[in-house]
Amino acid sequence: METMTKKKAAWVYKTMNDIRKFEDEVHRIFTTGDIPGFVHLYAGEEAIATGVCAHLTDEDYITSTHRGHGHCIAKGCDINGMMAEIFGRETGLCKGKGGSMHIADIDKGMLGANGMVGGGFAIAAGAGLRNKYLKTDDVVVCFFGDGASNEGSFHEGINLAAIWNLPVVFVCENNMFAEATPISYSSGSKTIADRSVAYGIPGVRIDGKDLMAVYEEAGKAIDRARKGEGPTLIECMTYRNYGHFEGDEQKYKAKDGEEKNWADLDNIVLFREEAIKNKWLTAEQADEIEAESARAIEEAVVFARNSPLPKPESLMEDVMV
Amino acid sequence: MMSRKITFMQAINEGLDLSMAKDDKVILLGEDIAGGTTVEHLEGESAWGGVFGVTKGLVEKYGYDRVIDTPISEMGYMGAAVGAAATGLRPVPELMFNDFIGFCFDTLLGQGSKMRYMFGGKAKIPMTVRTNHGAGASAAAQHSGSYYGIFGSIPGIKVVVPSNPYDAKGLLISAIEDDNIVVFSEDKTIYGIKDEVPEEYYKVEIGKAKVKREGTDLTIVTVGKMLYVALDVAEELEKNDISVEVIDLITVAPWDQETILESVKKTGRLIVIDEANPHNNAATDIASVMGDRAFDYLDGPIKCVCAPNTPVPFASNLEALYLPSKERVLEEASELIEDLK
Repeated sequence: METMTKKKAAWVYKTMNDIRKFEDEVHRIFTTGDIPGFVHLYAGEEAIATGVCAHLTDEDYITSTHRGHGHCIAKGCDINGMMAEIFGRETGLCKGKGGSMHIADIDKGMLGANGMVGGGFAIAAGAGLRNKYLKTDDVVVCFFGDGASNEGSFHEGINLAAIWNLPVVFVCENNMFAEATPISYSSGSKTIADRSVAYGIPGVRIDGKDLMAVYEEAGKAIDRARKGEGPTLIECMTYRNYGHFEGDEQKYKAKDGEEKNWADLDNIVLFREEAIKNKWLTAEQADEIEAESARAIEEAVVFARNSPLPKPESLMEDVMV
Repeated sequence: MMSRKITFMQAINEGLDLSMAKDDKVILLGEDIAGGTTVEHLEGESAWGGVFGVTKGLVEKYGYDRVIDTPISEMGYMGAAVGAAATGLRPVPELMFNDFIGFCFDTLLGQGSKMRYMFGGKAKIPMTVRTNHGAGASAAAQHSGSYYGIFGSIPGIKVVVPSNPYDAKGLLISAIEDDNIVVFSEDKTIYGIKDEVPEEYYKVEIGKAKVKREGTDLTIVTVGKMLYVALDVAEELEKNDISVEVIDLITVAPWDQETILESVKKTGRLIVIDEANPHNNAATDIASVMGDRAFDYLDGPIKCVCAPNTPVPFASNLEALYLPSKERVLEEASELIEDLK
């Protein structure tokens, strides 16, 4: 497994900042009414997408969720194209026809954000089947939330990956709430990781706010998958900064106690401190990366706003080959 | 082309065999499509070859890497087929009965059929879902329905329903070569019918209906084995000098409007026979479109002869009543052709 390097740390810090600033900006603009539809923000969970995708190449695949902007950015999707997509513009990654919940870029190995909770499990197994059949050492990462873990597709997708020994890593982002319902209410098992026992695969619960914990655990699991040693289930505990969707009043969130501690943890600040302490980054470099991210997001918004709406004739295009 | 008589089932098996021989991206997935995977004493032989034996012999030829027995896990393997197709394989999953679609509908409705559009044209999903439909086998309500019309109403999915061995083989080959999701729906009650089928690899065009019998007084459009009901009706009416044109729809989505329109222009009368339940099916869709496009040529109402709005019953006498019959079609026809008598 790769250990953290200065170069990798710079990529990690840039990616985490890109995601945060992208989401904060979308949050701000959404309130003005300039962004249509439903938007689910990833802010607060950056360490997971970043720590996992740090080990992936364009040949590796991921499946994502309705909270997918972070996965897209970490997998290398073009930020201008993403922002334009969220604005519903012709220059969007999906020509403005997918929107926030369906951003995809198959050339980058990004098999799509997914508006169906639990929609990714079987698709990830299928991409894993493809990798195994073609005898590549490419892997697939299936990101999903705690809510998706109660869909039947969780069982079917992981079971297939297990019995066929597929190169798929299942990464649960447990942000403690499925929409407005706490995981403590909706799961019979104490942890999601515990369920790995049912499939005879390794399962582990880690602190998803800790970039290095995610980076190391994902690195091990991805390594195993590349070597043909089969799937792993990683449960990352985390907390989202915003609501389930934009406009959610979040009445279900606790204002104090253990939950408040999670809410107060900023995984970007934590990684910055760690990177500086370990001399992967200097404070100046970190500041410069933050400024670069801010500029990139600002440019993306300008690009999106200046982009044309999709042409009317595109309504009928791309239904079939 | 060398040709000989084989069954509907053998024709489908041959279509799969030739497609697999031609393209190693073609893989099969399904429940017991080999049967007995990992059972040592079978030594690589199919225990079943699918519940009806359609895929028998293929694992012997192509191995377990390409003829993949799945657990009873429709959502899992149908979704995996979508994922494998999106990443470059050409999977052919088998849904043992079309009645099981409820277990895996999202993989087709929510995922596969929408990917290309949602992703701005970047994805293609070249997969063929083999499944079967049809009453008449005493299989009762959960193994006898005809749901091809449900698939056919989804943008991004093509649906074919072959009525005979020749079309079955050629359509299946076309479906597997197609870069879209094609649902290939087999009528389980005609697996045994025999006809001339060439040995070679050949294609039957998806989206093109076939005129099976030419006529001038009445057009009957059929889906799948309803063709044989229509041919019986045509023969019966011929005795009274009524000339019936019979069109095998073959493709339920996108169905061939022009061939039907041309026929109705000639005959002025239209009956559609569809074994599906009577509302929101292929027949009602054809009636709606032809009511619009052929209005000026019609001499009477368009008649739909379908199954009743019930699940499929078990008792044989009730099941026979459920299926569209020659008698029911003749009854509807008599109203349309009164002026010709």
